[in-house]
Amino acid sequence: MNLLFPVNITENISINGQAFLLKFRRPFDFKPGQILGITAHENITPRLYSIASSPLDEYISILYTLKAEGQLTPILAYLNPDDLIWITGPQGKFVFNNEPAWWIATGTGIAPFYSMFLTNQRPLKLIHGGRKIEDIMFRPDLSLLGDYIICCSQDSGDKIYPGRLTQYLNDFENLPQHINYYICGNAEMVVDVRNLLIAKGINFRQVLTEIYF
Amino acid sequence: MAKEKLFGKTLNELKEICIGIGMPSFTGRQIAQWLYQKEVFSIDGMTNLSAKNREQLNQEYEIGLESPIRVQESSDGTKKYLFNAKGDNFIETAMIPDSDRKTVCVSSQVGCKMGCLFCMTARQGFQANLTAGEIINQFRSIPEWPQVTNLVYMGMGEPFDNLNEVLKSLEILTSDWGYGMSPKRITVSTIGIIPGMKTFLEQSNCHLAVSMHTPFDEERKKLMPVEQVYALEEVVKHIRAFDFGLQRRVSFEYIMFKGLNDTPRHVKELIRLLNGIRCRLNLIRFHPIPDSPLEGSSDETIMEFKDALNRKGLLTTLRASRGQDIYAACGLLSTKELVKKQERDY
Repeated sequence: MNLLFPVNITENISINGQAFLLKFRRPFDFKPGQILGITAHENITPRLYSIASSPLDEYISILYTLKAEGQLTPILAYLNPDDLIWITGPQGKFVFNNEPAWWIATGTGIAPFYSMFLTNQRPLKLIHGGRKIEDIMFRPDLSLLGDYIICCSQDSGDKIYPGRLTQYLNDFENLPQHINYYICGNAEMVVDVRNLLIAKGINFRQVLTEIYF
Repeated sequence: MAKEKLFGKTLNELKEICIGIGMPSFTGRQIAQWLYQKEVFSIDGMTNLSAKNREQLNQEYEIGLESPIRVQESSDGTKKYLFNAKGDNFIETAMIPDSDRKTVCVSSQVGCKMGCLFCMTARQGFQANLTAGEIINQFRSIPEWPQVTNLVYMGMGEPFDNLNEVLKSLEILTSDWGYGMSPKRITVSTIGIIPGMKTFLEQSNCHLAVSMHTPFDEERKKLMPVEQVYALEEVVKHIRAFDFGLQRRVSFEYIMFKGLNDTPRHVKELIRLLNGIRCRLNLIRFHPIPDSPLEGSSDETIMEFKDALNRKGLLTTLRASRGQDIYAACGLLSTKELVKKQERDY
């Protein structure tokens, strides 16, 4: 965890003005769903991000959201190919056990699930929420999933559920009781979804969460 | 334009302010003494500063103490204070009297990002980090502050998710130019943010408490999402490697949940996990929160659990539940009812 790897950025592109995809050559193996730390300076504590690429890929991709008040992302957003950053080794246990499950994410919380998807791991259903359709990353690839639900609270259109992800879940009278639920996103969303699932009879032991903090 | 607050500034920050407005740097120490060691509620009251210096300070700065806006008192003497913080948000502070001690439980954040299943604060999400001044103000602005003997960072928020401000607040509390409190009277509680914990252990001498709640990884993941990132086994490894000396204390907090973490299997694993660490396990009764899937263990089970651990050589205590009638017990601190939470798009 403490060991820092210097890596050169190969790509750093804005997806929708707020979310960025950062790429660099993969220096180690990892499991889909794991995270790593990134810092722009060796002496600053790395921030943690989920890996959004396949462990078989030559490159590692990271999704991040530019936060004006953040310590790292305002720096990251201005980095160019060949610029140097430091990363930690992979860590974290938010990995898929291949048992029947729903994957639930908002915004860049899709990253670990996309990594799992690229490794041929499949959920029964993937629900991805955001304000606008441009917040829903990796749509073309993830559309290959049999049950792929996009929820947009401020957008509508073909194949879009017009509302918040919690509203979509709340519409279910009977949620599958004997599957696992993986949730990834910010704290408020994760806690709200977890509480909603529990209120609908899902045992908390079947709910696995990854919170961005 | 709002004036910047002096309260909560470290000595170095005060010296920088003084230099910045053309005052000699030693004035910073004089201001620190007024802020943290004397009763002064205005810059004009800092009478050993020249009139010109006070006028200069007044133009851009204010003291910045904030009184609580509400207080509730429990039948057992525990008080819960409510403070305004960061606009429309609120933070809570508990003052717990106990024979010759008065302990203040402070918050370090408005809300929390950690999402623990058993915690009421988690349900209001995260609103903001508190500044060092806002943290210390919770102790300084309550009427009991001169009698306060102990401070615990166990209120709303994860202290090591707001590390810099927490460390600054500890510096002000324990420095000779500040409140001069012994670090042995201050305990900072974490759920196990390892980088923050390591920095805290290196830069402070205050006690450490770690919220454990189960020794098993698979169970802890369901209770505390942080386990996915900073596993308890790693947290314990770092604690084991750190030299706490004879005075500094590490404790582990353990809320007792019926049928979940109160079995002989847990006793056995706790003994294995904490073997060789000079520490204390602090058992806590669970006070149910609305719609929680968790239930508290019975008193009988808790006592059996405690006795079993003590028999095996792990110092185990049971925290007295305080302020139950005003919901002031640790883990139940929340301003949920007071926060008009706006629906947020995810």
